[in-house]
Amino acid sequence: MSDAAKAMVQIDKLWSVFKTAGTATVIHQDLDLTVAQGELLSIVGGSGSGKTVLLRQMLGLETPTRGTVTVQGRPAAELGRAGASSRVGMLFQHGALFSAFTVLENIAFPLRERGTLPPALVRDVAMVKLQMVGLDPKHAHKMPSDLSGGMIKRVALARALAMDPPLLLLDEPTAGLDPDSADAFCALLQSLHRELDLTVVMVTHDLDTIFELSTRIAVVADKRVVLDAAPEAVVAFEHPFVQDFFRGGRGRRAQALLHSPSNAG
Amino acid sequence: MEDTQPALSITQDPEGLRVTLRGTWTADALSAPAVWLGIEAQWRTVAAAVKAAPAVVWDAQPVLRMDHTGAQALWNFWSRDWPEQLLAEPIHKALLERVARFSVPPPPADPMDWHVMLTALGRKLAGVQSHLVGLLRMTGQLLLDCVQLARHPLQGPWRDVSGHLYRIGATALPITALVGFLIGVVLAYLMSKQLRQYGADSFIVNILGMSLIRELGPVLAAILVAGRSGSAITAQIGVMRVTEELDAMRVMGIPKGFRLVMPRTLAMAVAMPLVAVWTTLAALLGGMLAADLSMGLTPAYFVSALPKTVEIANLWLALGKSCVFGVLIALIACHHGLRVKADTQSLGEGTTASVVSSITMVILVDALFAVVFKSVGL
Repeated sequence: MSDAAKAMVQIDKLWSVFKTAGTATVIHQDLDLTVAQGELLSIVGGSGSGKTVLLRQMLGLETPTRGTVTVQGRPAAELGRAGASSRVGMLFQHGALFSAFTVLENIAFPLRERGTLPPALVRDVAMVKLQMVGLDPKHAHKMPSDLSGGMIKRVALARALAMDPPLLLLDEPTAGLDPDSADAFCALLQSLHRELDLTVVMVTHDLDTIFELSTRIAVVADKRVVLDAAPEAVVAFEHPFVQDFFRGGRGRRAQALLHSPSNAG
Repeated sequence: MEDTQPALSITQDPEGLRVTLRGTWTADALSAPAVWLGIEAQWRTVAAAVKAAPAVVWDAQPVLRMDHTGAQALWNFWSRDWPEQLLAEPIHKALLERVARFSVPPPPADPMDWHVMLTALGRKLAGVQSHLVGLLRMTGQLLLDCVQLARHPLQGPWRDVSGHLYRIGATALPITALVGFLIGVVLAYLMSKQLRQYGADSFIVNILGMSLIRELGPVLAAILVAGRSGSAITAQIGVMRVTEELDAMRVMGIPKGFRLVMPRTLAMAVAMPLVAVWTTLAALLGGMLAADLSMGLTPAYFVSALPKTVEIANLWLALGKSCVFGVLIALIACHHGLRVKADTQSLGEGTTASVVSSITMVILVDALFAVVFKSVGL
């Protein structure tokens, strides 16, 4: 298929400037980034480097000051229209569940909004998604306020996957999860990536997740993507932030994981 | 476009019946308008044929794409059981296997019977009690805080008080003036029609003066402020609960009674009488103009007759009443704000409850005042 060669996300000459009370802060300056289909891209960068802003721009939630953001061949601004949930799934940092709905209603929401599928099927799919993200069926009728932070995250992931969109954006997916849940989350993401031909863009600080999952790493620093390479190549790159982030104490531990025999295949 | 539509078809093979699945079996494709109805119709013919046939081969290999929704639809068609012979791509098979593994009916929701309803009623009654206890506790805390403020007036949250005074009082002036003015005009106009029949034109001053100064001015102002500032206070404190600011204050040892409830209550107690007087003045102005236009009663006469017909005690009563209204609105609004739970629905419910109960309370207390002070200024 020609789709395989087509870029999922294409960002060209992006400028993001935030104006607050007379002072303008430049977040992105001439930033270019391309995400090909089937990739698992991690966006890495220091606090305030504009990683989350980048995700929001891919979703069309924020308009770039200059430059273009194209998602699946169409401008990101079009995503806000109906039917977006079948094109892009987003896992927000704090879940962003609808607090007036139960867990099951939250997951079923994107499917139910279409209004054409029978309610029984929608409910069954929602139940499958609920268990797919590792939650027990007994939580189906709970309200989001009765859930723990990790469970909220899982429900939010289930909702993002409700329509099985080809592109999944994750904002700090493993933050607030215990190590076991984070591992289970990675395994889930990997199997979904394989079976559904999912393209994943994630913003994370979790080095374990980065090295276990990503096929490519984009480092955002100095207002642009300073490095865009495979995980193995990132470590050798000469840049203060990259050196500090990947070659500090945490980085060395995570790389041990990368080179361990269990992960060689 | 045509061949990507999900479809089922039957063919007769030498070894038996063959059901072929085609197209994209995805949530997006299946939920397109009319597609699902078509699939169901095809399914009915397939099901009828399959029932009679001895051996059936399910061929899902021509399927272009499948996702969980498509797999679930198939699984439901198969009545949640594997067909004997299935040909499918490995990734599609993996999807079907996952759906098969995870497909369970949702747990039943809590049934609604008399026992549940009785419990709900009891819970409501207990809720009323907890509201009363909460309000009482808040009033007591307010008194203690006021004592503390009186002992150390310089350490009081005066900046907060002045901010709330501005927001509750000053910004309410335009809307209360407009509403008061129009009420005055309407009242005077309707009264003038009635009074003219008896030739009692000059009594318009008595009627307007008494009703506006003693009753309508304070109550109108209180209702407007309850709607404007009462809801704002509840929403503001409620959002502080949602964003855990209240917990942060508690951890830092900042008393919420002293820093949140007292400044708002003080500001309300000061601003409310002023807003009430302002509303009354606007209403009297409106009434005076309407009386001039409809009956030819000059403003000069109106102004000179007003102090003679309405005792000054009525004004003091109105001021005292407004002060009580203000304290009530602030306390009820803070009470509902602090009871908001950390979700959006509870925030909306709390704001509604705050406005409704403070307006009701204002009218109840107004009736109480009317009974208690029936011998004052009449």
